[in-house]
Amino acid sequence: MTRSFRSPFGRDAALASLTLILIVCISIRFPQFAAPRNLAEVFDDSSILIVLALGQMLVILVRAIDLSVAANLALCGMIAALFNRSFPAAGVATAIALAALSGTALGAFNGLLVWRLRLPAIVVTLGTLSIYRGLIYLLSGGTWVNSNEMSPAFLELTRVRFLGLGVVGWLAVLGAAFFWAMLRFAPFGRRFYAAGGSPSAAAYAGIDAGRMQFFAFTISGALAGVCGYLWVSRFAVAYTDVALGFELQVIAACLLGGVSIAGGVGTAHGVLTGCLFLGVLMNALPLTGVSPFWQMAVNGLVITTAAILNARSARPRERRILEAGAT
Amino acid sequence: VNATPRQLVAIVRWEVVLAFVLIADLFLNAALSPYFMDIWVWSDAMFYVTERAVVALPLALLIIAGEIDISVAGIIALSSVAMGLATAQGIGTPGLLAIGLATGLGAGAVNGALVTCLRVPSIVATIGTMSHYRGAAYALLGDRVLKDYPSSFAVLGRGYALGAISIELCIFAVLSVLAAIFLHGTRWGHSLFAMGANPIAARWSGIAVDRYRFVLFCASGLMSGLAAAMLTSRLGSTRPSIAQGWELEIVSIVVLGGVAITGGKGTIGGVVLAAMLLGFVSFGLSLLNVPGVVMWIVIGALLITVIAIPPLGQHWLQWRVRSVRGATS
Repeated sequence: MTRSFRSPFGRDAALASLTLILIVCISIRFPQFAAPRNLAEVFDDSSILIVLALGQMLVILVRAIDLSVAANLALCGMIAALFNRSFPAAGVATAIALAALSGTALGAFNGLLVWRLRLPAIVVTLGTLSIYRGLIYLLSGGTWVNSNEMSPAFLELTRVRFLGLGVVGWLAVLGAAFFWAMLRFAPFGRRFYAAGGSPSAAAYAGIDAGRMQFFAFTISGALAGVCGYLWVSRFAVAYTDVALGFELQVIAACLLGGVSIAGGVGTAHGVLTGCLFLGVLMNALPLTGVSPFWQMAVNGLVITTAAILNARSARPRERRILEAGAT
Repeated sequence: VNATPRQLVAIVRWEVVLAFVLIADLFLNAALSPYFMDIWVWSDAMFYVTERAVVALPLALLIIAGEIDISVAGIIALSSVAMGLATAQGIGTPGLLAIGLATGLGAGAVNGALVTCLRVPSIVATIGTMSHYRGAAYALLGDRVLKDYPSSFAVLGRGYALGAISIELCIFAVLSVLAAIFLHGTRWGHSLFAMGANPIAARWSGIAVDRYRFVLFCASGLMSGLAAAMLTSRLGSTRPSIAQGWELEIVSIVVLGGVAITGGKGTIGGVVLAAMLLGFVSFGLSLLNVPGVVMWIVIGALLITVIAIPPLGQHWLQWRVRSVRGATS
């Protein structure tokens, strides 16, 4: 027990110092990289990843996986953009609410299938991933919604800066703080660990593991919906292939941050450090002259390395069962 | 005749359901499109199936054994790029085939080593290698296109063995017979079911679980290499985005074929039927000029509906049993 609490902390510290070393190394060659303004921008750049990864963490905590987040984000972003194009007078708040609401519904759909029908999460979200992507095409007719078709207020919100950080950045900070507090202190948050750590033991404690899976998917969907608006507003364009394959980066950030794919292990500050490491790495690659075509390969390498490290730390418990008498 | 619903469900095998759906789809296609009832159109439809189905066979074995390989489409891209780069060096058709297969085998062996030696869960390992292989294809090729393949290379993907029966179809037929014999007729095949149902019990009963896993990942890589050769030969060109999203379609074929995603259950016959079904459904849609993205919706919905049927049926049965009991008491 103490070990499983202590080791993630050591790991977060290691990852955080690795990120710092990375920043130092880059700023030796490119001094402007370490400028506060640039670092704030790198943080803003990683913010959508952070928010999505927090939701994904809940899902992985309860032994499921959500491959449909990026498609969900893209669909909700398209809904918000189309709504804004047709009803510019309705205001930004309505568009955001619409995006969040549709995200919640899409996430809840995943969650219902996993909870009520006990379907494997990976197959369900693989299916909804392609359904949601296809729906974007149907909704938009395959066209793009460009910045000149969006209302100024719709675009302006993500460009407001407050104390150096953008709105997206503040949202990520608040989100991480909220998730940390909820998972640590609130009974609702503790139930995710219980449901993922041992579903049958959780059942005896009166916790319905399936219901917690439903909540995790719904929360992940709602966050993806909000991020849909943020993404479209930030990059000022909405089309079918927005954030294509981004779910892998989200999962990579979770794995890097020490969330165990087997469920029940993971913290908000771990996920935060994982996202920041990926964010710094992805911002540094183009600076050092690495072709953008390498980004995907590097991303894959990072996921695989993180997975190997995770597997190593989980090794003693796993192997005792097999090797005691079987060899 | 007096069978209860429970017995009826047990009697109707999944393969029979698939066969009926397949026949219904053939009638539907024939009714909707005047061009459908033609042996060459059917032959074209099979081209859509064979390349994916060749990979679905080893993936079915893997899933039955309780593992999964998400990286197959990434391996196809990497193998295709490897063959394209080899062509630029002036290597002939046999050499190209060997390079494609070897790249696939190597990539599969890496997956296998990650899962067996380093104990990474297969879903995590292959999600990582998927973007790694695809990323490597992008890194090697950038935005270039390779298309100077020798003309003899095109025979594999475009040639016909007999009449309207393509070489690709023959390869798939032979491989599916081999896979069926392996899975249902040998001790090794039965071991896969044991591994999928309970890997720890399988290990305790003397099955070299890790050796099987490693070999299966290699097979899945090798077949992805073969699919890459077939696809590249048919298209005559290589882009790093080749076979994008195929992992979804290939997993869909396997799950649609009645293989339990949790392992321990499934037949090759079901997978072959599911491959043909998916081929004819997508081909029928494309005859009706439905765009590819909309096909994603159909495939995704098909996948979820199919896996939702058994639990929904069980819910319905329980409800029936309860209401019958309520009526008699």
